[in-house]
Amino acid sequence: MSIMEYNGGSVIAMAGKDCVAIASDLRLGNQMLSISSNFQRVFPVTDRIYIGLPGLATDVTTLRERFRLRVNMYTIKEEREIEPEAFTHLVSSTLYEHRFGPYFISPVVAGISKTPTGGIKPFIAATDLIGCINFAKDFVVSGTASSKLFGVAEGLWEPDLGPEDLFETISQTLLNAVDRDAFSGWGAVVHVITKDQVITRKLKARMD
Amino acid sequence: MADMVSIPHSQPQQHQFNPYTENGGTILAIAGADFSVIAGDTRQSEGYSIQTRYAPKVFRLTDKAVLAVNGFAADGNMFVKKVRQRLEWYRHAHAKDMPIRAIARLIQTMLYSRRFFPYYVYNILGGIEEDGTGAVYSFDPVGSYEREACRAAGAAQSLVQPFLDNQIYFKNQTPAPGTSFPGHLSLSTVLSLVIDSFTSATERHIEVGDGLEMYIVLAKNSPSIQSLRDIRGMSELTATEDGERVFVVRRDLKKD
Amino acid sequence: MSVYRSPGFDFSNSTRNNFLLNKGVPLPKATSTGTTIVGCVFKDGIVLGADTRATEGPIVADKNCEKIHFITEGIRCCGAGTAADTEFTTALISSNMELHALQSGRKPRVVTAMTMLKQTLFRYQGHIGAALVLGGVDPTGPQLFTIHPHGSTDKLPYVTMGSGSLAAMAVFESKWSANMERQEALDLVILAISAGIFNDLGSGSNVDACIITADGTEMLRNVDMPNQRVQKERDYKFRRGTTAWTKEDVRKFVVEETVTSTDEMDTS
Repeated sequence: MSIMEYNGGSVIAMAGKDCVAIASDLRLGNQMLSISSNFQRVFPVTDRIYIGLPGLATDVTTLRERFRLRVNMYTIKEEREIEPEAFTHLVSSTLYEHRFGPYFISPVVAGISKTPTGGIKPFIAATDLIGCINFAKDFVVSGTASSKLFGVAEGLWEPDLGPEDLFETISQTLLNAVDRDAFSGWGAVVHVITKDQVITRKLKARMD
Repeated sequence: MADMVSIPHSQPQQHQFNPYTENGGTILAIAGADFSVIAGDTRQSEGYSIQTRYAPKVFRLTDKAVLAVNGFAADGNMFVKKVRQRLEWYRHAHAKDMPIRAIARLIQTMLYSRRFFPYYVYNILGGIEEDGTGAVYSFDPVGSYEREACRAAGAAQSLVQPFLDNQIYFKNQTPAPGTSFPGHLSLSTVLSLVIDSFTSATERHIEVGDGLEMYIVLAKNSPSIQSLRDIRGMSELTATEDGERVFVVRRDLKKD
Repeated sequence: MSVYRSPGFDFSNSTRNNFLLNKGVPLPKATSTGTTIVGCVFKDGIVLGADTRATEGPIVADKNCEKIHFITEGIRCCGAGTAADTEFTTALISSNMELHALQSGRKPRVVTAMTMLKQTLFRYQGHIGAALVLGGVDPTGPQLFTIHPHGSTDKLPYVTMGSGSLAAMAVFESKWSANMERQEALDLVILAISAGIFNDLGSGSNVDACIITADGTEMLRNVDMPNQRVQKERDYKFRRGTTAWTKEDVRKFVVEETVTSTDEMDTS
């Protein structure tokens, strides 16, 4: 049994038209025994950036605090909010620093980034546990249900979905994937990030 | 030389022949009201190498039963050969084709008879029941089986099955107020879902690709025949008159 | 905790992870680029090539990743093996090459990058799993090297690496010739990468190429895209309201405020 499956949990992020969504299940387990059905592993970084941290639960807490510190240091030094691209590289280098004694987390980042012309661009990325970044245009997945998420997302995702349609697509993808995964499930939460608001919804899900 | 002989081995070395390999690929079957679709990709691989781009995994057994085999290809081919032999004996003894529920039970006993040296194969049997309904039976390598409406197996099972749960059983979906989801899907819908399942699996699984073979079994006088008329790359394989009909549709999948 | 962090790797998790390892829990696998990467010398330069698939076991993690990394303007490096290692090792050497060029005031040379890379990799005794094809044009002419994870190097006129190396080398062995023209060499590299894409399961998707000559470097991202996904048979957009939810929280960034008139304020 791998350490990555010890506590269970999965995260997915999808890009839409001028919006992104990030969703996660809420299970915290101890191998096959479910401990909590309200374990948050998706956290806001700035107003427009969210990060999902599936993997070993102890490292979820550790890394969340580490990233909070490093983002605060960045904000103070640069006197501006961090952009999703820069934050993803911050995540990546933090993980690679621990190349030979890694954190057992493979993070997912979702956010809205600003273009030099003053426009906005949806941004999603994922890294493996030692910080190799995967910039995708469509969707990124991570966690114990990753192969299921890949399969469903590849079938359901389509380009240029608006916030409400993206909510339906990411929710359906997550729910159906985690229902086939023994280590994920027990409730789910979805964040849809747009230019001027973040909608957070708790989904009605199977609790078995 | 004497020195070399006298070097003591700290541990006795044990070598064992492993008779099994895994040859990749994926199979899938969906049952409708009066039809059944059984599909599989045609890539056969070992490790990172493609052994062949066309190795059928789906086989017509009778005009009302089609068997898909996936796992260890050598075992799969041998197993299909033995099932076909048993079906021929049945035909000689009873002057008719074995009904699908009987084939399912036969496959169970054949698999379980090898309980301690199993055929390393996942079987999915699709076809038409004696009452004219579409049927899918899925098996594990040692013969545990179940009749279902849809099943995926093989390398990309974990990619395809949750997608099918959503699109066939409408899992996690709430119908629009005052409506309900259809109990059975039409043949054209099912064929589209099968094609999309395989193109999706090809995108994300390295062992899936090259070609797609979809077998369609229609009940006697099924009106679903209408939706087969405009299907590209279709050919009929029916052997007997005035009974169930079997068709095959072949499509290309990506070859990378 | 000190705000200052020393450079280099951090081994602070090792005690914990070794404890876990000794309990019989295997370490998880990182993303590896089961790859086809090639390089070839032609009349006035180097052509590098790579596929764009990144895998995690049998699953495709990234369908269009970039495996040709920037070292300097006239030097590029293809990476195979552990994806994070190729990414960070090439980035580190790219930084050091820039500093070296600034310090020496000369055009950076390919052998310099090659030496930095091999010494870095040798120091880590193969634990940094980067297999590289390094190519470029410097004042000494076109140069092409392969660097293995343990730090050994080769200098050859045509090279391949990664899981698709045999498929690609088969093409080079049958079709490569000395003093090829630019287009000829590019076509050959595309053919070699295509052999990897189609015959090796670890490689796939598109062909990236990079042509380096004394006149400049041309990065040809996705020169060939032989594996575009076909149109889906069905539309999978859901009816709004399909997913049932229990709780909603909307956080608006634009704060609305209403201004009420104060005309009737009592001023008595």
